[in-house]
Amino acid sequence: MATARDVQALDGLGQYRYGFVDPDVSVYKAPKGLSRAVVEHISGIKEEPEWMLEYRLRGLEHYLARPLPKWGGDLDQIDFDNITYYVRPAEAEGKTWEDVPDAIKATFDKLGIPEAERKFLAGVGAQYESEMVYHNIQEHLSQQGVIFLSIEAGLREHPDLFRKYFGTVIPISDNKFAALNSAVWSGGSFIYVPPGVKIDLPLQAYFRLNTPNIGQFERTIIIADEGSQVHYVEGCTAPIYTTDSFHSGVIEIIVHKHARVRYTTIQNWSANVYNLVTQRAMVYEGGTMEWVDANLGSKLTMKYPSCYLMEDGAHGEILSMAFAGPGQHQDTGGKVIHVAPNTSSKITSKSISRGGGRASYRGLLKVHKGAENARSNVVCDALLLDPQSRSDTYPYIEIDEDNVNIGHEATVSKVGEEQLFYLMSRGLSAEAATMMVVSGFIEPLVRELPMEYAVEMNRLIQLQMEGSIG
Amino acid sequence: MVQALEIRGLRAAVNGKEILTGIDLKVSTGEIHALMGPNGTGKSTLANVLMGHPSYQVTAGEILFKGKNLVELAPDERSRLGLFMAFQYPVSISGLSVANFLRSAINARRKQADPEDKGISVPEFRRVLKEKMDLLKMSHEFAGRYLNEGFSGGEKKRAEILQMATLEPEIAILDETDSGLDIDALRVVSEGVNALAGPDLGVLIITHYQRILNYIKPQFVHIMLDGRIVESGGPDLAEHLEERGYGYLREMQEEKAAEVS
Repeated sequence: MATARDVQALDGLGQYRYGFVDPDVSVYKAPKGLSRAVVEHISGIKEEPEWMLEYRLRGLEHYLARPLPKWGGDLDQIDFDNITYYVRPAEAEGKTWEDVPDAIKATFDKLGIPEAERKFLAGVGAQYESEMVYHNIQEHLSQQGVIFLSIEAGLREHPDLFRKYFGTVIPISDNKFAALNSAVWSGGSFIYVPPGVKIDLPLQAYFRLNTPNIGQFERTIIIADEGSQVHYVEGCTAPIYTTDSFHSGVIEIIVHKHARVRYTTIQNWSANVYNLVTQRAMVYEGGTMEWVDANLGSKLTMKYPSCYLMEDGAHGEILSMAFAGPGQHQDTGGKVIHVAPNTSSKITSKSISRGGGRASYRGLLKVHKGAENARSNVVCDALLLDPQSRSDTYPYIEIDEDNVNIGHEATVSKVGEEQLFYLMSRGLSAEAATMMVVSGFIEPLVRELPMEYAVEMNRLIQLQMEGSIG
Repeated sequence: MVQALEIRGLRAAVNGKEILTGIDLKVSTGEIHALMGPNGTGKSTLANVLMGHPSYQVTAGEILFKGKNLVELAPDERSRLGLFMAFQYPVSISGLSVANFLRSAINARRKQADPEDKGISVPEFRRVLKEKMDLLKMSHEFAGRYLNEGFSGGEKKRAEILQMATLEPEIAILDETDSGLDIDALRVVSEGVNALAGPDLGVLIITHYQRILNYIKPQFVHIMLDGRIVESGGPDLAEHLEERGYGYLREMQEEKAAEVS
């Protein structure tokens, strides 16, 4: 909650604290633009097996053949020929922070990553430009068989496990940007949690862009074996440039029988980054998938974390929060597909728009024939802080089974004169009063975050709110 | 030290329509005033204008308090100066707990008094809040509930008095605090106000009905009609009104007006 002290702290801060630029220390950069040669080169640098190069080339082919989607945000401004699709930041990936080049380590120090790792994380991966520069997990977890590696190391060290799952949740043909990622993917995590292993502390991956006009194509696979449990958190930031950068990740998650996975995103790209991400989980018998998706940054985000509830009793939850400030469009939401009986899901979306920003909720709820006794509840709330801002709701519901229980509600509210007057009549400034309404609005989501992230989230919202009052 | 809220020649309008047509009233600490009148006569408008509601425009007059003209101050500045209003219809704020809200409000005051203030400590705040909740016979779980969300009519009014008790204003305006309360709730709320009343607090009770005055005894009673105060007197004025109704008062005013012309 905002206190007078928080509000004072807010006065001293810039709007975006992570916009600093570091010198370009990259050891290799692909030429601008996308071509077969670039794809072959990426595969070659990574010394990949033949099947992966073929896979990439199929991705490229599909990407080039497929038109840009017209249904979401405005993608016409992206100059795809001006993007650098691969930037290698360092010669090798580090197992300790000492192995990471000083200039890059300094960046992650500034972002507080090594400190957070010492304090409250089970493992950390750090990606800079196109590659993971650091990946490490607590020893007791690796002794229990937990795999937490960069995606490249996963392919190298666990080729069979990798190939069994890679591309099975999100195929090349899923959408244009999944195809692009399939062609030029680089970086991301490979995670396997053995049966029955429960990881208490979160694993975190942090993504940083530094050079302008870069494309980052993270690829992550999380496999939670029977009865296991894991919480993965990703954060991301970038410098502020006048030209645009691009981030397009593909995240595939497999939740086996009675396993539980939570994937939390705190997306805080600078406002010149296009963020087009495909995230999907396959959930099997009695398993639970939870997406906690907070989108604060970027110019345009299109992201709809999905749960495919494949077997009896599978459960999916999507908690989505979007904050759209000046010049931002957050086109976010979630998808749940009920394939099997007795599956249940819940989508909660909270969006805040201010200063002319636009937040769109886009959701799909689908129940297949035979998914008897499926239950789902969808709640979308939007808060508008001023008349210039915009909120839209696009809920798609397709139900092919009669015996289901589905609820849907959507509200749009404005921070009202009456609410502000009421809070101000107790001595709170207009800024503090607005902040309280906003904090209260997102409280159901923030409550779900580990404490450290909840604090961070409130702070980020305060930064976003700066200058929102006359 | 006695503080006074002094209203002089106050006129105010909403959407260009004049509602207050010249109010003069002085409420000092240690005093309890009742302002009575029929519906639509401008009583709640007066409360909102005193607190600074942005929908109302003051067109003439002054509201003086501690050497300042409140007309020039924002609602939060008026509050931090020591003015309080218990709302007739308090709005709810989802996700904001009563405790968090009150702690922030207390800290805003402390910060005003001393910019270096670090805010009330959590144990100290808990102690104060529990004490005030006990005074108002409120269950402690109340502190964790979201502000006014799902509150019954009685709970809302009690929450208003809890805020007043916690913020310790010097002048409090109770806008129709008795409306919508059953007799038990009215008694609890009144007892709360009585417990807080004293030499350091001035109270202006705005009410349509006489019944709250069975529990809270004002020294001064004012009658409002058509945007101004037409009669002022002691407690007996309220009793007359109870017996004869506002109709009688209106007739009396008309007679007076006829005599003057």
